[in-house]
Amino acid sequence: MDLVFSLLINGLATGMLIFLLAAGLTLIFGLMDVLNFAHGGLFIWGAYTGVWFYQMSDSFLLAIMVSIITGLLLGLITEKLIVRPVYGNHIQQILITLGFMLVLQELIKVVFGPDQKAVFPPGWLQGSFMVGDIVIIKYRLFIIVLGFLVFFLIFFILKRTRIGLIVRAGVIDKEMIQSLGINIRFVFMLVFMVGAAMAALSGMLHAPYSGVIYAEMGLEFSILAFIVVVIGGMGSFTGSLFAALLVGLAQAFMAYYFPALSLAVNMLLMATVLIFRPQGLFRVKG
Amino acid sequence: MMKSNLLKLQQVEAYIGQFHILYDITFEVPKGEVTVLLGRNGAGKTTTLRTVMGLNPASKGSITFKEQEISSLKPHMIANRGIGYVPEDQGIFGDLTVGENIRVAMKKEDQVTTKRMEWALELFPDLKKFWNKPGGQLSGGQKQMLAIARAYVNENELLLIDEPSKGLAPIIVEKVMESIQQMKERTTILLVEQNFLMASRIGDQFYIIDDGQTVHDGQMGELKEDKVLMKKYLGIS
Repeated sequence: MDLVFSLLINGLATGMLIFLLAAGLTLIFGLMDVLNFAHGGLFIWGAYTGVWFYQMSDSFLLAIMVSIITGLLLGLITEKLIVRPVYGNHIQQILITLGFMLVLQELIKVVFGPDQKAVFPPGWLQGSFMVGDIVIIKYRLFIIVLGFLVFFLIFFILKRTRIGLIVRAGVIDKEMIQSLGINIRFVFMLVFMVGAAMAALSGMLHAPYSGVIYAEMGLEFSILAFIVVVIGGMGSFTGSLFAALLVGLAQAFMAYYFPALSLAVNMLLMATVLIFRPQGLFRVKG
Repeated sequence: MMKSNLLKLQQVEAYIGQFHILYDITFEVPKGEVTVLLGRNGAGKTTTLRTVMGLNPASKGSITFKEQEISSLKPHMIANRGIGYVPEDQGIFGDLTVGENIRVAMKKEDQVTTKRMEWALELFPDLKKFWNKPGGQLSGGQKQMLAIARAYVNENELLLIDEPSKGLAPIIVEKVMESIQQMKERTTILLVEQNFLMASRIGDQFYIIDDGQTVHDGQMGELKEDKVLMKKYLGIS
């Protein structure tokens, strides 16, 4: 029982990290119809700037803030300079964002050096505690709690505020929302910045979770995020949470029980969803 | 007395992708009246409304609203000048409730807007009844009512309504047309309508569009008497 619970915690923590990355991606795709392959670059920049500040200041919470601010700024730059000129053209979007992803990746090596960096959770998040016979690792629980907090915060904004209402409407019909007098380009920019900040936060939280960061991890992780976006339903925020947790849990359990299949499990999940529900688990209705 | 024109199009041309759809659209919409655009399917009526809204920008010509050029403006700027738009497919946000569909359209939540919303809800009681129901679950007629109410809640001086009777049962068409008739007392309307009987009941003046050009215009009463014109451009005998 304690093994199952331990795998569950592992799966949920991984799922939450993927969710933070995928949620921004799905909103950006749903609202802006933009395939942003540079998302992984924002993830690594969040990780590196956060870790740099953490190691300099020893304040983990402030480091999280630094990574979020980095994400917001990089999101603004990416949207204005890279994505805006290629709205409406998927081929150009793939080429330019993938190129920018590589630029961001190489810039990491220039700014922070090419070596991997070891990262540990702060003292107050190190170790574990027992609930009955079950061992709970503090940092993993922290990721799960923070992930849910971010989910509920964004969910609240989407459901209860005017800007959230505009974003939800914009995901469904961009043309109509403009015809109602709303500047969709401004909303695009805000969503892109928030999505980028979530990717950066995911990168920062991932650093002490994996114990090491390196420039190439952005591309690896963003593939998982794309799988989650497809499984959850393109444009569905709630779908991205369910799909990310599903992918995280499937990975954790398969890695233990069927290690040979652990690498294929995500692809299998995506293929199954595409066969039986091509629109994803949660469809956005027009 | 000379009527003032709210909207004026002069020799407007527009493309959809590489296709030249509008060649020469010229017409005026007098304030306080219902102007109807008539024509066969594919003549360019919907594209004309979309061009006014900036959704298919005009490549040539002039579009003025309240005597100010709007042809180079973005759609949201045109909407904010005071033009409401009810598209052919109604443009309902399916995942949003009826209430949210209306709220997202409200530019202000002041007394005037609230009063306009209340009036629209009195006109369409179904919307009040299904306030918390997702827009995607409404019937075709209810969606049309929601689309019209949504365009009306703001103090728009001009409403562009595209084919409000399309795909609706006759009894619902009657209801929708009655509501437009009532709105006519409060705002200027530019209407695209295939149902000639309905259009002739509501419209004050008409323009016929054929192959992307305005080819004829006049008072609605005159058109009803002109069987040759109706046969030639509208296929009605």
